Amino acid sequence: MQDLPKVWAEERIARSSLGKKSFGPWDAVLTQQILCRLLTGHSSSSPALTRVCTTDPILQEQSVPARIPTGSSSPRPCAPRLHGRYHEMAPNVVPMDYTKDPDVKLPMQLIINMPELKENPFKERIVESFSEDGEGSLSFNDFVDMFSVLSEMAPRELKAIYAFKIYDFNTDNFICKADLEKTLNKLTREELTAEEITLVCEKVIEEADMDGDGKLGFADFENMISKAPDFLSTFHIRI
Amino acid sequence: MAVLELSLLMHVKLFSKDLALINDNTVLRFLGKNGSDVNNEKDSAAENQENGRGADKERKRAKPRTRRGHARGRARHGGEEDGDDEDGTRRAGQRRQRNRRGRGRAGGNEGSDSEGDPTKARKNQANQKSKEDDEQEEDEKGGKSGKGKNEKKQDKKADKKGTKEKANKKKKDKKKSGSGSDSDSEEEPITEEELAKLKEEVEEKKKLIATLRNKPWKMKKKLSVLKEAQLFVEKFEGALGKGKGKKFYAYKVMMTKKWMKFQRDFENFKTACIPWEMKIKEIESHFGSSVASYFIFLRWMYGINMILFGLTFGLVMVPEALMGKPYGSLPRKTVPRAEEATAMNFATLWDFSGFAQYSVLFYGYYNNQRTIGWLKFRMPLSYFLVGVGTIGYSFMIVIRTMARNANEEGGGDDTSFNFSWKMFTSWDYLIGNPETADNKFASITTSFKEAIVEEQESRKEENIHLTRFLRVLANFLALCTLAGSGYLIFFVVRRSQKFALEGLENYGWWERNEVNMVMSLLGMFCPTLFDVISSLENYHPRIALRWQLGRIFALFLGNLYTFIIALMDEINLKLEEEKIVKYNMTIWEASLYNGTIPENSTAPPIQVDPADVPRGPCWETMVGQEFVRLTVSDTMTTYITILIGDFLRAVFVRFFNYCWCWDLEYGFPSYSEFDISGNVLGLIFNQGMIWMGSFYAPCLPAINVFRLHTSMYLQCWAVMCCNVPQERVFKASRSNNFYMAMLLFILFLSTLPAVYTIVSIPPSFDCGPFSGKTRMFEVISETLEHDFPSWFGKVFGYASNPGLILPFILLMVLSIYYLNATSKSYKEANLELKKKLQTSRRKQKKK
Repeated sequence: MQDLPKVWAEERIARSSLGKKSFGPWDAVLTQQILCRLLTGHSSSSPALTRVCTTDPILQEQSVPARIPTGSSSPRPCAPRLHGRYHEMAPNVVPMDYTKDPDVKLPMQLIINMPELKENPFKERIVESFSEDGEGSLSFNDFVDMFSVLSEMAPRELKAIYAFKIYDFNTDNFICKADLEKTLNKLTREELTAEEITLVCEKVIEEADMDGDGKLGFADFENMISKAPDFLSTFHIRI
Repeated sequence: MAVLELSLLMHVKLFSKDLALINDNTVLRFLGKNGSDVNNEKDSAAENQENGRGADKERKRAKPRTRRGHARGRARHGGEEDGDDEDGTRRAGQRRQRNRRGRGRAGGNEGSDSEGDPTKARKNQANQKSKEDDEQEEDEKGGKSGKGKNEKKQDKKADKKGTKEKANKKKKDKKKSGSGSDSDSEEEPITEEELAKLKEEVEEKKKLIATLRNKPWKMKKKLSVLKEAQLFVEKFEGALGKGKGKKFYAYKVMMTKKWMKFQRDFENFKTACIPWEMKIKEIESHFGSSVASYFIFLRWMYGINMILFGLTFGLVMVPEALMGKPYGSLPRKTVPRAEEATAMNFATLWDFSGFAQYSVLFYGYYNNQRTIGWLKFRMPLSYFLVGVGTIGYSFMIVIRTMARNANEEGGGDDTSFNFSWKMFTSWDYLIGNPETADNKFASITTSFKEAIVEEQESRKEENIHLTRFLRVLANFLALCTLAGSGYLIFFVVRRSQKFALEGLENYGWWERNEVNMVMSLLGMFCPTLFDVISSLENYHPRIALRWQLGRIFALFLGNLYTFIIALMDEINLKLEEEKIVKYNMTIWEASLYNGTIPENSTAPPIQVDPADVPRGPCWETMVGQEFVRLTVSDTMTTYITILIGDFLRAVFVRFFNYCWCWDLEYGFPSYSEFDISGNVLGLIFNQGMIWMGSFYAPCLPAINVFRLHTSMYLQCWAVMCCNVPQERVFKASRSNNFYMAMLLFILFLSTLPAVYTIVSIPPSFDCGPFSGKTRMFEVISETLEHDFPSWFGKVFGYASNPGLILPFILLMVLSIYYLNATSKSYKEANLELKKKLQTSRRKQKKK
């Protein structure tokens, strides 16, 4: 009779030696599974997608491992929609098969033309704050990241972190007056007069600045946004 | 960001520790192996896992050496592991391993008796075994699917408990590792304690998986961490027998998802069901919340009128039309012979006489039969109760809305972050439609402007004495205007009464229409005058609007007062006339019986065509007609004013601007602004008319519903197409309680005459559901007498005794007083708390 820990140990070891083969950063299967879960918020929010996703989960689950040995990235019901969106922006650049090709990035210009982002006054900032290089080009990873944060299921804290990044135009980890002015100009399409803008900016700093340094740190921002009644309802995108 | 990275780092560190500890049951090894990890913060979790795996391997090699006692068994395992290594895919390997484990366990159980394992462990193993067997079966059935299920299921654990327990976890791990080594050294198989710990471990991992989404990491890191956690959970969960309720769990998850979706759809549906929401939102985005508040008020009014309409239509008009006696069966249901020729003319119908008068639309058509139709529908009772119910319902709904609004106003009106919230949360990221986006931009700009106006208003510092003087002066002027117009109305009414007594035929057009003309002229010019006066006061536009509303309201009350006085006079005239008609009727009846006064009343009445029967004036129908005409003409005036005053003016300004000597758009005529005060008051007074008249004209709510419906569309269109936003767009107060208060006042004023006529004027003898009774409310006592057992009538009689009613009223007054006092004290407490909060916030800020 062997004791259980031993058995598990064996198993572990066996797994570790085997697992490596399929543990590249772009393990297609894994990605799909994870994306699917990470994006459950999205998956159920869009009617078209929900139709696919809310089919019997058991069936889904059974069908998934069956595909694994084939090694193809034939999509799981949830993730592929997002990947499809990513793919359709640049069908020539983005491969459908991610098993070996890890590094594809789409430039900002393509992404901000998505209908979900097109009308957003902060679209450039959104894309920039989610891109790894800060330049605005998104890998599929970043892309998924973006929509996962903007999904309905993402918690307030996470959203606050990224909202702060978005409104921090000069990326100095503070929202200063210049950032506020930019935000305001984007929000109102520059229809306010200069005095009005300065008034509003002063008021914002006066209201939210807790430590009195004349600009909003993340703590100030989070404190303010955590009390906002409709931050959660407005800071999300359905895809 | 620093904070962020720190927390991230902590996560990574802790996690790597966990991993190492779990994988490698000795603390020593952990320290030795993972020292580098801990130092190197940038190491991704993936690498950590690699390390862990490395540690595993090392351990595999090291174990036989360090613990000789297990040498034999371990060697066997080692052999198996080698076999696994040879196996191509991981999953297949795992499956096999599982199978093998099951088999091995079976063998072990047989052998366990001889080895003398503790019974506890045996039990565990037995449990384990059954589970393993299950899995085996599954494996055999579905190939590799069983495993997939396992994996998926773990992820679906959507607990949102966060990863607070990280710190605890570390401790536990340490403990655990200690016990683990103990168990190893004592050659003991797994104990329950250990199992529990493992379970905890698995739970934590699951939590990690569930909350991974909430971490501000890059996707790569998430992927690797998730992968690790999944592997761990997957591995141990099966062993712990957690996989049992899988199907049920999956079902539950599916159902929650569906439920959530349903809820969201239902929300959307509910929003879509709110009528004119989009229109109002659009107007609000361009004209500000004050103009939108008028339309919201209009919509609310529409809702009320729909219910009133439902009451009168469903309980009075339809039963009478379906089950009552048909047209032409009774004198009251027939057009009199003299009017027959013109009864179908459009002019007559437009005036609501002719066929319209002798139909279910008006009071006079209803018969005084106690029950009608096979349903034994109590028509007079129903008529009476609907009339009373209409007023009761209106009171209830107005007061309830006011109370709710007051609540809203008193509760969380937290403006401490007003501008910040506007700045950071006003853009709706869901917007993907260019038009909506335009609207949203407009509305954000408007709301900023509103807020700026408020802010500037609060910052403004002026000569207080001058403003006070100007305000007093303005009020004095307004009072003078009101008094003057009041006297003018009074004078004109008196004069018109004099004219009426002398006979209107002797006078010209002006004398005949003097009252109406004076009223309309006053209504036209006084508001402008008030506007000029209010510019003296220099109030915030919202407060200025209230003053304006109040003043015009006072002016309109004069209007109402004259109208009611005139009507009362007319009622009195009709009552006089009725007496004469009644007398004439007896003579006429006598003439039917060939001049003999009918002493034998048992003789069958002689058949006469109902159109020929002489009839009384039926003052109730007359009152109803007056109100209906008034409503219709009021509606027409409003619409024509909109078309001429707004639309034609806009067209003129727009197109003649090309060929005019000065700038029409910014110069004199300009486009019109939306007149909130006038429109609101128009609406309120119109509603007052409905309340007063609906008892005598059941069709009035229907007409009003139609009016409100059309005016909603017309005014929405007119606002968007011909008006310009006010110069100072201001925010409406969140509750419309000022409108509501006026509405309540008007409701009260309009119930007074209605109740007065019901209670103290005898109904006409030959028309309406109450004909033949001395007072209308007698229908109640009649019902009590006939339809209820006698004891009920007695009880009712006792209950309506003044001796009981007076104390009851006293009690109610006392309770109102008490409630009022408590609510006041609550309000004070609320204010106090708010102040405290503010001061504490200020202190915090200073720190």
